Parts: sequence; structure tokens; C-alpha cells
Amino acid sequence: MMAGHTAYIEGIGVWSPVLPSWDEASRILRGETPPLQESRKRPSPDLLPPNERRRAPDTVAVSLEVASKACSHAQRDPASLPSVFASTHGDLAITDYMAETLAQAPELISPTKFHNSVHNAAAGYWAIATGCMQPYTAVSASHLSFANGLLEALVQVHCDNANVLYVAYDIEAQGPLASVVNSTGRFGCALVVNSRPTAQAKFAVHWNTGAAAKPIESTADTQCASLVAGNAMAGAISLLDRLARSEGRCAYALGPGLSLELEVETMKNESGSAA
Amino acid sequence: MPIIPLRISAFTATSAAGTGVDEMLDALRSRRSGLTHNDFGTQPVDTYIGRVSSVENSPLPSHLNRWECRNNRLAWLGLNQDRFLEAAAAARERYGKTRVAIVFGTSTSSIGATEEAYANLDEEDRFPPHLRNPLVHTPHSTGDFLQHALELEGICITVATACSSSAKVFAQAERLIRSGLADAAVVGGTDSLCGSVLFGFNSLDLVSDKPCRPFDASRSGINLGEAAGFALLERDGGGPKLLGYGESSDAFHMSSPHPEGLGARKAINDSLARAGMAADAVDYINLHGTASRKNDEVEAKVIGDLFVTSTLASSTKGWTGHTLGAAGILESVITLLALEHSMAPGTLNAAQLDSVCGPQIRIENTEAQLRTGMSLSFGFGGSNCALLFGRGG
Repeated sequence: MMAGHTAYIEGIGVWSPVLPSWDEASRILRGETPPLQESRKRPSPDLLPPNERRRAPDTVAVSLEVASKACSHAQRDPASLPSVFASTHGDLAITDYMAETLAQAPELISPTKFHNSVHNAAAGYWAIATGCMQPYTAVSASHLSFANGLLEALVQVHCDNANVLYVAYDIEAQGPLASVVNSTGRFGCALVVNSRPTAQAKFAVHWNTGAAAKPIESTADTQCASLVAGNAMAGAISLLDRLARSEGRCAYALGPGLSLELEVETMKNESGSAA
Repeated sequence: MPIIPLRISAFTATSAAGTGVDEMLDALRSRRSGLTHNDFGTQPVDTYIGRVSSVENSPLPSHLNRWECRNNRLAWLGLNQDRFLEAAAAARERYGKTRVAIVFGTSTSSIGATEEAYANLDEEDRFPPHLRNPLVHTPHSTGDFLQHALELEGICITVATACSSSAKVFAQAERLIRSGLADAAVVGGTDSLCGSVLFGFNSLDLVSDKPCRPFDASRSGINLGEAAGFALLERDGGGPKLLGYGESSDAFHMSSPHPEGLGARKAINDSLARAGMAADAVDYINLHGTASRKNDEVEAKVIGDLFVTSTLASSTKGWTGHTLGAAGILESVITLLALEHSMAPGTLNAAQLDSVCGPQIRIENTEAQLRTGMSLSFGFGGSNCALLFGRGG
């Protein structure tokens, strides 16, 4: 076991067009079943009333879906959890809409699209939908967004003894923006992380920071990566793969000279590894 | 729950009210507003803005010109005031390149560059060549720029929670230092004027066609502004301190505050708990005070309910406009200046306070010994943050 800190994963949520739930994703990641052929366009989080579900921006639909699945997997009331929402680019479809409307007819900007354009829109909708008054944050760190967001969640768990929801998501670039911003598909994942090994804990994650090292990748990573290929949050798949296998190490760069090292271990009280 | 206070070993801010803290302090004392009639863009909304005009004549140095855009220029202009770059470099030397974290707040980052590209697409709908640069078309643009400008190699993260962004950076940095992941942190924020916010807030009927009048009975909306500000946080030593912080969510509405200010109250109470202090120990509060009808009404009620009558409170947005994601750091710096110079700024442009205001909210500046100051920031999506600062010994 590596030296450092330990956090406990109580719940996991995943969604992409070919990974519609953690249950299916973990089987696919373990190679037990092939990836779904029929891809779904976007999730339909039951947290939102039907009319809002349809109108919600893609980032909101994806992040609320994975966040609510992680909470139910953890048997935690969403209103009790502080949260960290990470997205590399935010809602690229709304950015495209804003920039295009400003170029064509700025006075026609939709007020709803404008307030949905903030990077914390998904976190804000989550707080409203769940009635959660605990703090949330919304972060970005370019291609290192998954790791830096995860670190903030782990730090909150560690130094405030908190039980924290971590949500990471990105969607595809649209319009002229797609020529400079690389992100395709829709993908999100969420973890409920606790400081203590509760009855709900499914995995222990030992973590530490270290000098920049080359990322630890298994051969599986390359295959798994193809499941979310091109999405700006694709890096999440390394940790999800270790969780699906209930063991293994991975490392992420936090900055040019610093990395986040993680080691997943199954909990002894766990009856089924991906339950 | 109380935290060990952190030392604020350097701080700076640049806004329409001044480039660096000396100009800011002078503007506060002489009650000189930085607001001017909106001349930003080709078809400006009829409103007033807090514009930092010198940005246009301050290109990035050649070794950093890959990040060229208005937001990063403003960040660079801000970094170069009050010997902040030197202080950050000294921290880098003292602790090491991976031991000084960057926690940076912004709302719209360099989206102005994306807007510019869309306004100048070629016949095949491609960006013009000088804007085909992924570095500036992403929320972390300025955070990434800072990491290169400050030559740091550790944790570098952008917090983007709308108008609470560069307040929440203090909380995140405190956690990083407390958990031993960093020895020091550069915190701050930058937001620059852009079409998205001018036309966006206009679409919500929130901008005023007059200079904004926070807490005035006849206030008619906000003025947008731009600013860059930074602070260096370390564990030990004398000088001003971060005493506490509180964060919360309204869980109410995307663009309206909770009607009873429940989230704001929770953030204020948490900041006091982290500082191990009671509300009557707060001498000055720099309010969010945007001059929107709703924010000021809710906030005034919260202040009247929670604080003693001797606490001085004001909004300084009549000097700077609402600088959105940079408001947290800008108003934290104003709070630190108030403590250092024993001068609580009043509320510029307000003439007749709304009847909902308690005795705490002041129009005039007040000379007084101030030991502790609070800064409040509330953002879209119901994100609230209260920061508590202590004067240097």
C-alpha cells in the first residue's frame, strides 16, 4: 500500500453514449461484455421534471445523471453532500450559441442561455434539483481538469472529514469552435467519496502526490480510452478501469512537476465487486 | 472547525478605479468613480462600465504572447503592480516550483477572444488565423497563462462559479495549505469586459443606463466592470490574515438570490465559525451590493439581522462596477486596504438609502480603527462565499 491518505468510494455513476450506467460500464471495462453497439444520444435524468429534462443543456443532463446515480449507489441523500464539478470546457454548445448570436444579433441573446452559460450551471441546477445548500465548486484545468478536480474533492474529504460528491464531464465542441477545441461525444462520471470506511464503502483509494512521473497506464487503458475517445474528460477512464477491476494503480499529472498517484483496493465487506 | 489563520504576504488589484492599490486607495478616499459611459464594442448597450483602458496598450511580453487576449493582458497588468510578481517569485524560490499552488477565479475567462473569432470567421466559417489558438478558447486560459507567467509547476486550477469565483479561491487555497499539499498559494481572479456579459445581463434587464447606485432606494441595476487582483497566502509571519471563510449554495434559482438570503446567512455564519469569532467582532463588511433591485434588498436584510449596529458596511461597486468573477479578489483587496488604512469606504453614488437598509450600511467613508473585515460575494447558480480578514499586527 502506498503512503499518503486513504479515501473511500461509496458510489459511482457513469454515462456516455456507449456506457449508460456504472453497472454496464464496469462489465465492459473488465472485458466481460462488448461495448454497446447502439449508442444513446443523451441521458434523461429523472431528477428533473420532464419539461426541464428536455430543455436542459447537455452538460446539465449528463452531470445530473451521473451525480444522482452515484448518490443512489452510495445510498446518500444528495442534499447532504458538498460537491466538486469539473469540466474542461463547460457547455461548448452554449459557448457556440453565445459567440454566434453576439456576432449576428447580440440584442437577441436568450437570457436563459446566458445564465446557463456560466461554468457552474450544472452545479447550480444540481443544487436546485436536490435542495442542497452545501457548498459546491465548479473547476477547470485544461487537459488536467479530471485530476485537479479529483484532488480538490479528495482534499475536502481529507481535511474537513467530509463526504463529497465529485462530478466530471465534458461534451462535444460545436460550430466554428470545434476547429480549435478538441472534444467529442458526451461523457460524465461521478464518485461519492468518504473519509471513513462506512458500510457503504465499496473501494479504498490510497492517494498521494509525487514528482511528475510518466502516467501509469495499463494496456487496458488504450482499449478503454476508445470508449470515450476524443472527449476532453477521457482521462477519467484510467481510474474507472481500476475501480471496475477493484484494484490497480494509476497516476495523473496535476501540473508540469507534480502528479496525483492513486491505488484502488477492494473493501473486505464488499460482496460483489461492482455492486 | 476554526482554522489556523493564513498570512497574506502580498496583495494587489487593478480595476477602473485604479491600477494597483495606491491608485485604488486614492480613488476610495477622494470618492472618484471609475465608471464611464459604455463604449465597449461596435454596438454598445446604453449603460455605464468600469473599463481598464490601459489594457489596450499593454501587450503581453513576447515570451508569453501565445496567451494574447484581453483577459490575459489584464491579468498581466495586474500581476505587475505592487511588486506582486517579485513576491510570487520569492515564494517560488523559498518553497519550490511545485509547492506554490495557483487557485484562480474567473467567470467568463477569455471568452472575448472566442467572440472576436466568431465576428471574424472566414468564408469557410473558420477562425481567423491569429485566433486559431486553443489556449485562449477554454475556461482555464488565464490560469494556464499564470502558471507560465509565474514559472510554477504544481497545482494550478481555475474556479469558475460566476461572481463568487475569486472569493472561493481563498477557501480552496486554505485547504491545500492545511492538508500539506502546498506551502503557499497565489490566489486571485480576472474578468474582462466582453459581449457575453454586457448583452447577457442586458437580456436579463439587470443593467442600469446610469452609474450604479448600490442600496439606493431608486437603484436601477448593475454596471459591469473588469478587474484583476491577486494575493499570496502563506502559513507563517506577520501582516494581514485570512481568518475564515464560508461557502454555501442557495439551491433556489439560477439568476435570483434566495428571497430570505438563506445561503448568504449560512456562508457568513460558517466564516465566523472558522474564525472562531462572533458577528459583533466584525468591524467592516464589503458587501456584494450589485445595485440590482433584488440582491441589495435581500443582502441589506441579512446584514441588518446578523450584525450589530456599530459594524460598518458598504458596497464599492460605484467605484469599479460589478467585476463578476474578479469581484471576490478586488473587494477582498479593498477590505484589506480598509483595515490597513483605518478607512471604511462608503457607498459611492447612493444618495438615499433604501428603507430596508439597517444602520450598518453607510454612504460616506468612515475613518475608524478596523481590526476585522468581511467580504461577501454571491453568484449565479446560487453560489455564496464570505471571507473574513484580520488587520496586520
